[in-house]
Amino acid sequence: MITAGIDMGSRTVKVVLLEEIKVEGAPQLKYAIKKTHIMMPGDLDPDQAAEKVYDDVLTGAGLKRDQISAVFATGAGRKQVAFATEGITEMTAGAKGASYMFPLARTVVDVGAEEGRGMKTDEQGRAVDFAGNEKCAAGAGSFAEAMSRALQMNLKEFGDASLLSDKTIPMNAQCTVFAESEVVSLIHSATPKNDIAKAVLDAVASRVCAMVRRVGIEGEVVLIGGMVHNAGFVQSLKNAMGVDKISLPDMPEYISALGCALIAAERQH
Amino acid sequence: MHNKYPSEPLKLWKKAKELREQYYLNYARAKDNGGLRWSGSAWALDALPAGLGEDVYSLTGEPYAAAVSHDRKFAKECMDAAESYGFARDLCSYMRIYWGGMHLDKYLFGGKFPKPDFIFQSQICCSHSKWYQHVAVAEQVPQFYVDVGVGPYKDLTDARLDYVVGQLNEGIEFLEQSSGRKFNDELFIKAVKNEMRSTSRWADICALNKVKPAPLDEKTMYSLYVLATLSKSSQWCADFYDELYEEVKDRVARGIAAVPNESVRMMSDTQPPWSFLKIFRYLETFGAVSIGSLYTFALEGIWETKPDGTWGGRTLPWNKGIEINDRQTALRLYADWNLSKPQWQHFYDPRIKTEMMLRIVKEWQVDGVMLHLNRGCEGLSLGIMENRMGIAKAGVPIMTYEGNMGDEREFDEVRTQARVDAFMEQLGQRRQPA
Repeated sequence: MITAGIDMGSRTVKVVLLEEIKVEGAPQLKYAIKKTHIMMPGDLDPDQAAEKVYDDVLTGAGLKRDQISAVFATGAGRKQVAFATEGITEMTAGAKGASYMFPLARTVVDVGAEEGRGMKTDEQGRAVDFAGNEKCAAGAGSFAEAMSRALQMNLKEFGDASLLSDKTIPMNAQCTVFAESEVVSLIHSATPKNDIAKAVLDAVASRVCAMVRRVGIEGEVVLIGGMVHNAGFVQSLKNAMGVDKISLPDMPEYISALGCALIAAERQH
Repeated sequence: MHNKYPSEPLKLWKKAKELREQYYLNYARAKDNGGLRWSGSAWALDALPAGLGEDVYSLTGEPYAAAVSHDRKFAKECMDAAESYGFARDLCSYMRIYWGGMHLDKYLFGGKFPKPDFIFQSQICCSHSKWYQHVAVAEQVPQFYVDVGVGPYKDLTDARLDYVVGQLNEGIEFLEQSSGRKFNDELFIKAVKNEMRSTSRWADICALNKVKPAPLDEKTMYSLYVLATLSKSSQWCADFYDELYEEVKDRVARGIAAVPNESVRMMSDTQPPWSFLKIFRYLETFGAVSIGSLYTFALEGIWETKPDGTWGGRTLPWNKGIEINDRQTALRLYADWNLSKPQWQHFYDPRIKTEMMLRIVKEWQVDGVMLHLNRGCEGLSLGIMENRMGIAKAGVPIMTYEGNMGDEREFDEVRTQARVDAFMEQLGQRRQPA
């Protein structure tokens, strides 16, 4: 059986194909995972983009649509995936995917471009509580992205630069727009870029942490979403949460799509 | 959609709507026959002005503003007018809507904004207090306030009760001076008894929702509890609730459900986003019914713990052998009755409210709680995150969503639906096919 998970984010479409492998004598099902990550085609509507991306992925895997038992969709644009069997929220999908990768995970933090989420999970990978940012992107990736532009760095450079700083400079601005002015002021006062980068990532981490504390920080903590690639953010988040370790999946952007495909497989049984 | 239970509309629905409309028309037309008009909040001690005559009509500010909120265009017009006057956007949205209508001189039910003859108000919510001060100054009418912030009911002492009763006695002097009328104790005592009947009976009706399936859903209950917020001390309100109680009891006896596919029971809190009540119908697509909330049950409902330890409508004094035949007895019992209002307790300590909410979860068989983080009301939002923590700590699934009871600009429907979707998944519910 093959199932598919499609994560229709605001900027990218992620698809995961999951093939069930029955291993004789093994107590649990195993899966082979194929994944593809494509920027949202700018010239297409979201529903057209979903169709195109899905067909491209299937072609690349040598499969046809009728070979897929179920397609579950998640993400901001999940309702635009007309061919999806079912839609599920990012909370449920992210919790499932993270728990599959890290079975001992009990706190899952998902920081993407516009949204940040915290989920408390159980041993079955179900979200038993959740919190998300409301009306404010200052605790999400786009804030870091905007500030890296102000420092004329790309995101990787920005994250790496923050690791070279050992200063704690509080950012006073609550708003992404005002924070940019604050960053410019810091630049004009000759504050080293490394310190500014750390200040920004500390601010994002602090907001994410405050949100996650609403569901409680327990057990293994897993971070998913694009901000996993930002090493500086990961360090800032560890400091903010007061934990020694945050587990990072190899394919952080695909975890929600993986969760979708896993839930699709579960529901076929 | 598979219907698990039989369902039918409420027979008294039309009457409830008619009574509500008549109330607003009566206020507007009060002067036609020499009647009196007064304004205050739904928590004002309205039995006292009732002692001035049978032609005394009120406009309680919050339900009026909630009614305006359904008319998004007019609501925005009112809020813009309040903001143009100089008031901040983050103030109580009901207050801004009322002020805006007053300054625009436009009444939701047609015509000019009817001017009250006086303000009669209680003080426990800070916004309420300031609200009517501005109205009194703008309309140039006399004003009177009763400070009822004397601490939690469980700690009530004779001295605290005397403090409130003393103010009520002064209030009667104020009413006589402002109206030029003599205070009528018989009318006052009748109003006190009607209020006790209304508020106790509303609690009894809410208690009927403990069963499965719930005979009432919260969206429907909003159109029913509102009558007590308009005029809980009136005969028509008390009589209506008696009738409603019989109808709901009958629904329980016959197993009639508000939501025929009820499979999960929710509890909400604070005022809903009035212009987006369809969020309750969205819940029903998952088989979820909101059975009520501390807000719906106890904004006006008066409760007590029964001998079996459960919650029910507070026993009427005369059913305990306490007769109300004179002014001072009426004032004292009336003050005590109102001070026991469950929705006044959280102002002192959020843990008192958490306890009541957990009681509702248990007795009403609630599976999940949805908290509206209502940016339009500081009063009822006070301590809500502590409530959230307390409920989550007790192991009850709980979600929050941000919004505003009166200002639709602060409610994100798509985001809220996404939150509801996630919460329903958490509870193991899926949308049911139509």
